[in-house]
Amino acid sequence: MLTPANETELSAMVVEASGPLWITGGGTCGMAAPAGAEVMSTAGLSGISLYEPGALTVVAAAGTPLAEVEAALAKENQRLPFEPRDLRKLLATDGEATIGGVVATNASGPRRMQAGACRDSLIGVRFVDGSGTAIKNGGRVMKNVTGYDLVKLMAGSYGTLGVLSEVSFKVLPGVAARSCVMLDGLSDAQAVEAMCVAMGSPYEVTGAVHLPHGADGAPVTMLRLEGFAESVSYRTGKLREILAAFGAARVETDPEAVQRSWQEVRDVEAFAGRDGDVWRVSVKPTDAPGIAARIKGEVIFDWAGGLIWALMPEGTDLRARLGNFAGHATRVRGEGGGARFQPEAAPVAALAAALRGKFDPRGILNTGLMG
Amino acid sequence: MEMPAPNTLVMSKKARLVALLQTVLPKTAVIHEEIETRAYECDALTAYKCPPLCAVLPSSTEEVAAVLKICHQEGVPVVPRGSGTSLAGGALPTADCVILGVARLNKVLETDYDNRFIRVQTGRTNLSVTGAVEEQDFFYAPDPSSQLACAIAGNIAMNSGGAHCLKYGVTTNNLLGVTMVTMDGTVMEIGGAHLDAAGYDLLGVICGSEGQLGVVTEATLRILRKPEGARPVLMGFNDNEVAGACVADIIKAGVLPVAIEFMDRPCIEATEAYAHAGYPDCEALLIVEVEGSPAEIDEQLGVILQIARKHNPVELREAQTEDEAKRIWLGRKSAFGAMGQINDYMCLDGTIPVSSLPHVLRRIGEMSKEYGLDVANVFHAGDGNMHPLILFDANKPGDLELCEAFGADILRLCVEVGGCLTGEHGVGIEKRDLMLVQFAPEDLEAQMKVKDVFDPAWLLNPAKVFPLSSSAGRRYAAA
Repeated sequence: MLTPANETELSAMVVEASGPLWITGGGTCGMAAPAGAEVMSTAGLSGISLYEPGALTVVAAAGTPLAEVEAALAKENQRLPFEPRDLRKLLATDGEATIGGVVATNASGPRRMQAGACRDSLIGVRFVDGSGTAIKNGGRVMKNVTGYDLVKLMAGSYGTLGVLSEVSFKVLPGVAARSCVMLDGLSDAQAVEAMCVAMGSPYEVTGAVHLPHGADGAPVTMLRLEGFAESVSYRTGKLREILAAFGAARVETDPEAVQRSWQEVRDVEAFAGRDGDVWRVSVKPTDAPGIAARIKGEVIFDWAGGLIWALMPEGTDLRARLGNFAGHATRVRGEGGGARFQPEAAPVAALAAALRGKFDPRGILNTGLMG
Repeated sequence: MEMPAPNTLVMSKKARLVALLQTVLPKTAVIHEEIETRAYECDALTAYKCPPLCAVLPSSTEEVAAVLKICHQEGVPVVPRGSGTSLAGGALPTADCVILGVARLNKVLETDYDNRFIRVQTGRTNLSVTGAVEEQDFFYAPDPSSQLACAIAGNIAMNSGGAHCLKYGVTTNNLLGVTMVTMDGTVMEIGGAHLDAAGYDLLGVICGSEGQLGVVTEATLRILRKPEGARPVLMGFNDNEVAGACVADIIKAGVLPVAIEFMDRPCIEATEAYAHAGYPDCEALLIVEVEGSPAEIDEQLGVILQIARKHNPVELREAQTEDEAKRIWLGRKSAFGAMGQINDYMCLDGTIPVSSLPHVLRRIGEMSKEYGLDVANVFHAGDGNMHPLILFDANKPGDLELCEAFGADILRLCVEVGGCLTGEHGVGIEKRDLMLVQFAPEDLEAQMKVKDVFDPAWLLNPAKVFPLSSSAGRRYAAA
């Protein structure tokens, strides 16, 4: 295994590579290196190099454990805005998620629909491309339109365009208080309708999920509110009012209970330890009930319906069931049932392939992972 | 400003080109008489002008594709143009180019309140996007100062921001999908009404690429429900440094205002003389705005005012009525107009880490004396996006050049302290030759590789973004 200790070493190792490299952070995604590829770990690139709470900015080496970044932020009552998921239970992996891995997979939790994805908070990257050239893009300031935005290109590119060495984020103030408004017994269609009403309100809902099989097996729809205590309590009341047509809402205000239930949602724990493949399907919320009917499997509706998690029998070709639809499906757990990522339309696929050709001309970085 | 020599071969076949364009567009959509092409000779960076070979005003994605196909075949450069409000020369023509204006692409195609998006043609103005949804109490968040005139196409090209992006983000954070035509005439859909890209985040690369990767004809934009209310508070301080510290403390306290605007003494005095907003006589002024219900606003402003008091303000003014709120914003909103009354000015757009604010303001003051040109500072303090306005006299020989040299020094300073050349206006031609101050050659090379992929012949929006010396090899190879 290659473990560069700094960006210079990383560059040299890429230059010297004679065959495919398998780039890995903490290995929590559960993707095994293909035969013949040499594993390159970013674990040696570690540490927070800059954190300015007054500027809402943090910069860290790519191999820095996510937990270390989150702990440093928590000490100043700040947080990463996009609520990265911890999928170790779901994927039956161990290891320590890294901040670079979070970026490479654009891992974003329930708050994504309101606060943006990882790519929206990411303000700078340093990476080494497939030729061994070290490149920087963006920086440490949150408003920056200087040159092309390769920061976003790197987010979610799964190490196929370059090996991240450093990442910078815009962060947000921490959450003082939270509550969870819950509706019981709704059908998928009613739940999505309720979640759309909530998201279309001025009450800044930061989580909207529908579990057709909640804790006691019955459907539950959960809406999360966060902020200063008085404000949360005010908005909780308002939200119950506008959702009255969907039944009497229960409210959970115990901070630990709210935290725990949303952590379960974030980490898709409902599907952890159970047989089958796990897929995520991105659609516009009002399409979600129809899409779920076509999936014909157990589902969870996150992002007000915009993200469907599906538990499928092993090897199911989910895309074959869905046919043509506006959105995309990605397999998160399992090996069968077609390509991991949704095949793209020809002109877009051609651009993607050409970008890979430019940034990884020898085709050695996580080869084949994204097409 | 150095521009590449126009391609004489292209210039010589103007008649043929116009005839070809007229086969795919209505006659009125091809503008080629010299007297008419002058309307497109510059954008809002009026110091530089060059009439294009001709201009076209397509009305559909198909027409855009047909135009680009012809220009691609004929090897003619194309400069896409939104409303022409770029302060960076992002839509400056070359003498051998076709201006592709999107002004006639101005329809709303779909509004969807359940899924909270609007799909529009990109010639539509920023403000009229909000105009299309405000009846239902929704709005489109990015709000550049030019929002009355600027087009969504230009907003996407420059990744435009605005005063409220501390909370709502900039264009790229509010763009869900596009219909784009590449230089060879290929039409493609990227993104859509759903969140997040399927593969690479091409949407993220296209946004802010200054019209060099493709022409975006339709956009799916995120719309948000309006907050119940908003209220500003005004604070005056007798020291820039103290005002800067107050901003940092507010942010650290866990409050996230929608806007934190900063004005220094020269700016306060100029706007006071112009707009009579009743601003206090002080060194630095902050306008902080928060949103929510009346009770929520009280709660947030309570925290903010408590912090402000610790910094010994010379004035703290909370708007009690709608009218008072307007007066607080009046001076800030008329700042640019006020400076224009005094003199010609150049508006800069660098971003700095908020922590460097006092140092940067002090250095700008020193440089102002060295150059003998006055500067007024007005900017978005929460995100460090500065807008120093350098005053000069366009009629005085050498003054523009002096002003540009001063501006370049300020931008170098921004980079030196860890910031960047442009926070929301874009590079265009204005900051093109400063790019090597911020980027190493290999950083620019990586960006140019992206251009190679989307526009291998380098025909779209030529001579922008990259220093001419950096792009020379590619431009000659493609010609």
